[in-house]
Amino acid sequence: MAVDEQLKIELGKQGIVVTTLQELYNWGRRSSVWPMNFGLACCAIEMIATTMARYDLARFGAEVFRPSPRQADLMIISGTVTKKMAPQVVRLYNQMAEPRYVIAMGACAISGGPFKQGYNVLKGIDRYIPVDVHIPGCPPRPEALLQAFITLQKKIDAQPLTGEERPRFLDEKAPGEFPVPEQGEHDLEPPANKSVWSAPVVIR
Amino acid sequence: MKTVEEIRAAIEAGVPGAGVEIVPNPGPAAQHSLLLDPERAVEVAIFLRDDPELALDFLSNVTGVDWLDKEISEKVKVTHQVTKTVNGVEQTVDESAEEVRKHVVPGYLEVVYHLYSMAKKDGGPVVLRMRTRNRTDKVELPSMTSIWRSAEFQEREVFDLYGVVFKGHPDLRRILMWEGFKDHPMRRDYVEPDDFEYEPTAHDAVLTRAKTHHEADAAKGEGQ
Repeated sequence: MAVDEQLKIELGKQGIVVTTLQELYNWGRRSSVWPMNFGLACCAIEMIATTMARYDLARFGAEVFRPSPRQADLMIISGTVTKKMAPQVVRLYNQMAEPRYVIAMGACAISGGPFKQGYNVLKGIDRYIPVDVHIPGCPPRPEALLQAFITLQKKIDAQPLTGEERPRFLDEKAPGEFPVPEQGEHDLEPPANKSVWSAPVVIR
Repeated sequence: MKTVEEIRAAIEAGVPGAGVEIVPNPGPAAQHSLLLDPERAVEVAIFLRDDPELALDFLSNVTGVDWLDKEISEKVKVTHQVTKTVNGVEQTVDESAEEVRKHVVPGYLEVVYHLYSMAKKDGGPVVLRMRTRNRTDKVELPSMTSIWRSAEFQEREVFDLYGVVFKGHPDLRRILMWEGFKDHPMRRDYVEPDDFEYEPTAHDAVLTRAKTHHEADAAKGEGQ
């Protein structure tokens, strides 16, 4: 039950703030999304550039990059995920406390990127963990990462607290932990998590 | 910088009976290489590093090559005796025919070393090669780690990707792939695992592998 925008603005001019619990709750959450120190490859350099003076990420609320997954809200998968590293990425994601979000930054994190046919490249981290925002680019410019962050903030703003559309962390039935892939003799087992990812059907 | 022949002569003088051959490189770069015998390779390497004229003290690159078994078919003219009836009389006549004979040249794994001299700083790399006996079970070669330290990680990479076992290496285990991995990915006969479900611009070999998933796609598409 949202308040009419015009009415809000009119009341605001008079010094009266009207809001809903969902708006307030989501505003608090989206204004302080703390990412985790997680860079894998070249995209990590662009992520570092985004946190530096010219394209400051801190002004959007990503004040500190927490080194521990327990204290972080956001995991920016920046760089190629190798099959050797993939179980560790899933383990770190499992260790993050909910509500947690994932941004897949760069072509490699989305689908394996330019190294897709490598023998050790995982073709996209969204095979194992749910991803909220994908940023194309190789590497994406810092402005693109800022836009992804703003998109994530808009997504958080739109999350209802109850009902069908409510996010995972408010849903008791949603899985809290995602299975960590085993490193088998020829490939990761399983090669993808069926509940999280299914191959897009392409009509040829 | 010495030419390959001069270096070979120096090795023959310094390490007698070392059995070093020259492998010519016909390309424009003309980087001919020296083929070492694995038995004497460590002595030759120590000589190359310690010789005051050559002073090859920097090993910049170790890499591997996989040579598959080659089937060579030759056309050979063979004459053999045949009993034929000629003008009503049975005779044995020499008849010549062309036969195609095939034989297999066994493949091997090869390790290539590129050496430079930091003391002399005089030019291009000296390229050494060592070959294993075959690709399947006789894959041992001596390790150069005790002579040039930079070989440590690079020989681990060659072990991981090609399967060459280096005798005398201090810590030979996989470096890029994980411990339980069974294949050697850079070999010519390596088959990649089947995760080609979604290939938007597939071509050549990838297209054939992705096609097996396309049928599943088509079935799904029709079912919708």
